[in-house]
Amino acid sequence: MSNLRSLTFDAIIIGGGGSGLRAALELAKSGKKTAVLSKVFPTRSHTVSAQGGITCAIASDDPNDDWRWHMYDTVKGGDYIADQDAAEYMCSEGPKAVFELEHMGLPFSRLDNGRIYQRPFGGQSKNFGEGGQAARTCAAADRTGHALLHTLYQNNLKNDTVFLNEWYAVDLVKNASGDVVGCIAMCIETGEVVHVKSKATVLATGGAGRIYASTTNALINTGDGIGMAMRAGFPMQDMEMWQFHPTGIYGAGTLVTEGCRGEGGYLINKDGERFMERYAPNAKDLAGRDVVARSMVMEILEGRGCGDKGDHVFLKLDHLGEEVLGKRLPGIVELSKTFAHVDPAKDPIPVVPTCHYMMGGIPTNIHGQAITMDESGNDHIVNGLFACGEAACVSVHGANRLGGNSLLDLVVFGRAAGMFIEGALNEGIEYLDASESDVESAMQRITRWNESEGGESIPELKAELQEIMQSSFGVFREEKNMLDGVDKLAQLRERIANAYLPDKSNAFNTARVEALELDNLMEVAEATAIAALKRNESRGAHSRYDYPDRDDVNWLKHSLYFPLTKELKKRDVNFKPKTVDTFEPKVRTY
Amino acid sequence: MSNLQVSIYRYNPETDSAPYMQEFQVDTKGRDVMVLDVLHMMKEQDSALAFRRSCREGVCGSDGMNMNGKNGLACITPLSDVVKNNKLTLRPLPGLPVIRDMVVDMGLFYKQYERIQPYLKNDTPAPAIERLQSPEERDKLDGLYECILCACCSTACPSFWWNPEKFVGPAGLLQSYRFLADSRDTATSERLSDLEDPFSVFRCRGIMNCVAVCPKGLNPTRAIGKIREMLLAEAT
Repeated sequence: MSNLRSLTFDAIIIGGGGSGLRAALELAKSGKKTAVLSKVFPTRSHTVSAQGGITCAIASDDPNDDWRWHMYDTVKGGDYIADQDAAEYMCSEGPKAVFELEHMGLPFSRLDNGRIYQRPFGGQSKNFGEGGQAARTCAAADRTGHALLHTLYQNNLKNDTVFLNEWYAVDLVKNASGDVVGCIAMCIETGEVVHVKSKATVLATGGAGRIYASTTNALINTGDGIGMAMRAGFPMQDMEMWQFHPTGIYGAGTLVTEGCRGEGGYLINKDGERFMERYAPNAKDLAGRDVVARSMVMEILEGRGCGDKGDHVFLKLDHLGEEVLGKRLPGIVELSKTFAHVDPAKDPIPVVPTCHYMMGGIPTNIHGQAITMDESGNDHIVNGLFACGEAACVSVHGANRLGGNSLLDLVVFGRAAGMFIEGALNEGIEYLDASESDVESAMQRITRWNESEGGESIPELKAELQEIMQSSFGVFREEKNMLDGVDKLAQLRERIANAYLPDKSNAFNTARVEALELDNLMEVAEATAIAALKRNESRGAHSRYDYPDRDDVNWLKHSLYFPLTKELKKRDVNFKPKTVDTFEPKVRTY
Repeated sequence: MSNLQVSIYRYNPETDSAPYMQEFQVDTKGRDVMVLDVLHMMKEQDSALAFRRSCREGVCGSDGMNMNGKNGLACITPLSDVVKNNKLTLRPLPGLPVIRDMVVDMGLFYKQYERIQPYLKNDTPAPAIERLQSPEERDKLDGLYECILCACCSTACPSFWWNPEKFVGPAGLLQSYRFLADSRDTATSERLSDLEDPFSVFRCRGIMNCVAVCPKGLNPTRAIGKIREMLLAEAT
């Protein structure tokens, strides 16, 4: 393998979405030798699809707004397994990060006084849940992710960031001491495989919603960073926690922002009843996403669903009028016409809960440093490895993320990781070089695919995986069904290990990329399945028929899945914010 | 219902001495699916078929291509919009070098985007909060900031075909005007002086192909007209 060309950087950022670009911007300004390596041109990353906004207490809509209220909502929304030191950091640093985006040029919508427009989103309150609904989500119409991602890309251009666009990261390279010292990556255009050497490797690879058959996620969301970290033996945290967004367009799965309900839209069943009033009398349609998604499924299961099959509900927006729709929700009008053949100014949009967001991921501290746990249960920093954004689990989202908190997570923790890495590089980092055999073990997987001579087809195996996850690990879960799913996944792993890549060509071989992605989907799916099976309680997005209650005695904990042994351990949640009192777990109602 | 007849441009630089059109028969089961769905069905028949795709909902700009003669995004183009007589011809975006099959080299397109310095320039110190902007000032950015860099417009523009090195093209100019129109940007004169040569802006002949194909319904020709007005005002 010594014939591999190598590229050397101080820091390599894998992923060109919001968190990767925010981290890169920080490092580009520092003058360190850094590069962003992304499998798509950065503005094609999934951040571009975020619609409703970025939640942050910038005190624009309400001059008395307070980041502590936002933190309370975040901790409650996460059903109390969000780390309170991390939520504190995100909510208190948030305003700085949002104002920076505005200074960079992000075209936020505006209030009459010229400040940034904020809209109400689910799970938001004033005065620690006592002061009614807050409007805390900063928006650029319903295209906030697009505006944010383009702004970040533009500012990276301004600061001369080096981009390796349409490069695919295959696996991490570890040295003899277990430090991460770079990765193996492939240039998609030429097929060339190189050894990227780096003192800091940042996984900003986003989510993996494509483990489910029905998802709001882009086709590229295949959990590449998660798969890389798991194959390198690092644990994953809270992987059972998947958010099902209440309003995916029925059939197509495309997202309809919660901002629709923030602007006054609401859900109705086949009788035209606004059913959320029964499930969440106070917050109604703006309860937590997990609560709304479950209520919708209950309506459907109890025979009050809409359509011939009674398998969806309606989102009613027509009463908002064409002006509000055109001004505040123009992208939604476009999407519903294209994918549901419905003009929301006239008719309701058919919607169904759809896989949307991975709360779990690579456990990190607030600086983005990846964490593992030793035999006696103590945290250990993984040298050289960082994660931020959806791939990471800091954890600010706990068991259920609030709408608008993902974009804030991206910029706050992308920025934090960048700042920390700059400091660490200034102090000097020296790790042992990787040996030839270290590099060779990171090459194993791509070599396996390149030498495959027969076996099952990649798209069919992918479809099977997605069906298993959809039917056994959806909105409601129970042991029998999950055992069956875990079993099927174990068999699928064997079959994928023997699957066939027919096209061995080099130039822009997308079949090879899809083969490599399938391995990553497999890792994410299995971690999800085993963690879901073993968390014997219902909390946040993880709802079990057989354990319907939250169990704070045994499960006020993170789950930590170890891929090499397939064991699930528990890790303590942080209840020690630095500047505010701990938010003690309470019964969670909306 | 008979199968959809798809004719698609194929070229693999490693194995093909020249590009060719390949015929596929696709069974859409009579449904009015998107062109991207058809591409996926074709890839199941031949995994070597290469095309870009990501969001599959018309916001990432990956899958711009030429469908029965017109540029657009495969993911939001239903068959009923483009198919005639049960036939669909798919070609890569015109005017850019082909890497493989439907995948073009976007380098020139991105270079023209970078050339207009697509980022806010403001030489005043940033306040502790956001810079204020009235809703009316913000309204001026509507129809400009939504560009997804899919390149449908620039690759449908004859002026860009002739002078891709010197004419910025509709996508780049739309973004140029997005910053010229932003009340927070203070680099207006600098931006305009970078554009005053005979090619950068003035190669636009108002053909309006860009407007006809933009999948986001944007109007680069109007933006280019505004830049011209600003350039002329500056000159007098």
